[in-house]
Amino acid sequence: MTYPAGYRYTKTHEWIAAEGGKGKVGLTDYAQDHLGDITFVELPEVGRQLKRGEVFSVVESVKAASDCYSPAGGRVVAVNQKLEGEPDLINRDPHGEGWIFELELADPAELDALMDVETYSRFAAEEGEKG
Amino acid sequence: MTSQLEAGRRPEPLIFEMSSPGRIAYSLPALDVPDRPVEECLPAGALRRTAPELPEVSEVDVVRHFTRLSQIQHGVDIGFYPLGSCTMKYNPKVNEDMASLPGLAGVHPYFPEELVQGALELLYRMERYLCEIGGVSRVSLQPAAGAHGELTGLLMFRAYHADRGENRTRILIPDSAHGTNPASAIVCGYQTVEVPSDHRGGVDIEALKRLMGPDVAGLMLTNPNTLGLFDENMATVAEIVHSQGGLLYYDGANANAIMGIARPGDTGFDVVHFNLHKTFATPHGGGGPGSGPVGAVAKLEPYLPAPLVDADGDRYRLAYDRPRSIGRVKSFYGNFLVVVKAYAYIRSMGAEGLLRVSEDAVLNANYLMRKLAEHFHLPYDRHCKHECVVSGVWQKDRHGVRTLDMAKRLLDYGFHAPTIYFPLIVPECLMVEPTETESRQTLDAFAGTMAHIAGEAESDPDLVKGAPHTTPVKRLDEALAARKPNLRWRPE
Repeated sequence: MTYPAGYRYTKTHEWIAAEGGKGKVGLTDYAQDHLGDITFVELPEVGRQLKRGEVFSVVESVKAASDCYSPAGGRVVAVNQKLEGEPDLINRDPHGEGWIFELELADPAELDALMDVETYSRFAAEEGEKG
Repeated sequence: MTSQLEAGRRPEPLIFEMSSPGRIAYSLPALDVPDRPVEECLPAGALRRTAPELPEVSEVDVVRHFTRLSQIQHGVDIGFYPLGSCTMKYNPKVNEDMASLPGLAGVHPYFPEELVQGALELLYRMERYLCEIGGVSRVSLQPAAGAHGELTGLLMFRAYHADRGENRTRILIPDSAHGTNPASAIVCGYQTVEVPSDHRGGVDIEALKRLMGPDVAGLMLTNPNTLGLFDENMATVAEIVHSQGGLLYYDGANANAIMGIARPGDTGFDVVHFNLHKTFATPHGGGGPGSGPVGAVAKLEPYLPAPLVDADGDRYRLAYDRPRSIGRVKSFYGNFLVVVKAYAYIRSMGAEGLLRVSEDAVLNANYLMRKLAEHFHLPYDRHCKHECVVSGVWQKDRHGVRTLDMAKRLLDYGFHAPTIYFPLIVPECLMVEPTETESRQTLDAFAGTMAHIAGEAESDPDLVKGAPHTTPVKRLDEALAARKPNLRWRPE
């Protein structure tokens, strides 16, 4: 699996792509592969304040319902409405069209604590090997 | 010519699709009362404008339809059903006979107490048995199933803390827990906090110490847990939670492993539920209803649902005078006839028999685990209790065959699939619970079939990925079914 350079990654397999004080958030290819076919995404409300590590969404797949954790703190400024009709966008294009919401970052420095693409690629590969 | 067996392997149409205009399955006798138009008998608002579109079929159509449906079913009376954490043991038919006795099947909940002394005595004795098995002081038989028991237990936690003037807001739940635990806690108004498992599959003690605090109402624990493992640190877990004023809830889903061996009340639990439809051999999985009695140790006893059955000498009565009770959680006295079946089971097994049940359930699971471990990854390599968890990661990584595919392939060989993809902490897992009621021959046949499927995953992965091939309907599109559910028949 390959992951986009420039994104930042969490240990709970979310990504954030930041630009100009805002960041789009989604699930990684590793996460969608382990979840299996996604059937429902609970989108956060626009305007909601999130803390770093707070649950922003529940994603349901044919296997399980899983909490998703915000990679950073801030205010939700947009959500991907397309996921309501096509939750499988996350399976098909996890790092692009399958984004879940956009965050106005409270503190862009928080992203420094997250993994870069090299570190995350190694982390995900090791998680996969643990089985 | 198709044989009857093949006929039973075809998909069965809905009874609506078999409808033919004017065909009827009944003939009413001649009217022997004055004929009056329905408009005179019912107010206009209660009358429908169009006739309901009921299926028009003959009696033989109905009988054949439901007989054919029964032939394409699977259940414990047809074959092995190793659905982990569900305890799909055989349900002895004598239990049904007892529940059919007119003196029990015919009682009405509004009968005065003096006319139902036998039924009340049965409830009283059943409570005493469950107290003995669980190591608790009183038990309510009201809750209708396991998750209902969880909600009842958590409402009791809440009432207990409220009595002490404490407002505790969080419930700790291990990451291996049944999904009903966090669901029950949320319904009860608590926030849930996940406790990780350690490398041995038990509660991570250091994490528990870190997460426990004065705002925690309690910990919900299944022991043995969903990995089929008994928590070796149970005493430490109880000490950590109790020392900070928290309570312990015992999820009884896996109690089939411990009867006569370990009592939850003795190992630190404050509130305990039992699943009569699992451990005590009453039907479930479509044949229910369930029954989820809740027991409490002395300090939680005042909060149990009312009424309980009390005995004054040899007279039994419904005791409503329980001022600190959380109140009623179910109409009347729970699913009474399910309690009767479980009572019959306990009486026919006896104390020695129930101990033997748990011993054999554990022996069967360990036997099967060792056989399966020859072909599947065993994530926690230690003795299990009543169920074992193996993983299909080897088959997925080497041959692209997922656990879901292998579970579907089992259907071709006449077995119900085990629980899959649960517990969530083991990727590609299969959770296998054979129960004590299966013979060594059945266990060998299942293990042999699993070995055969592992071989197929290697030699012919597409065969497994396309399974099932011999069932009335083939591979269903689960994602489509979840995304666009089609749940009812509509006329063209």
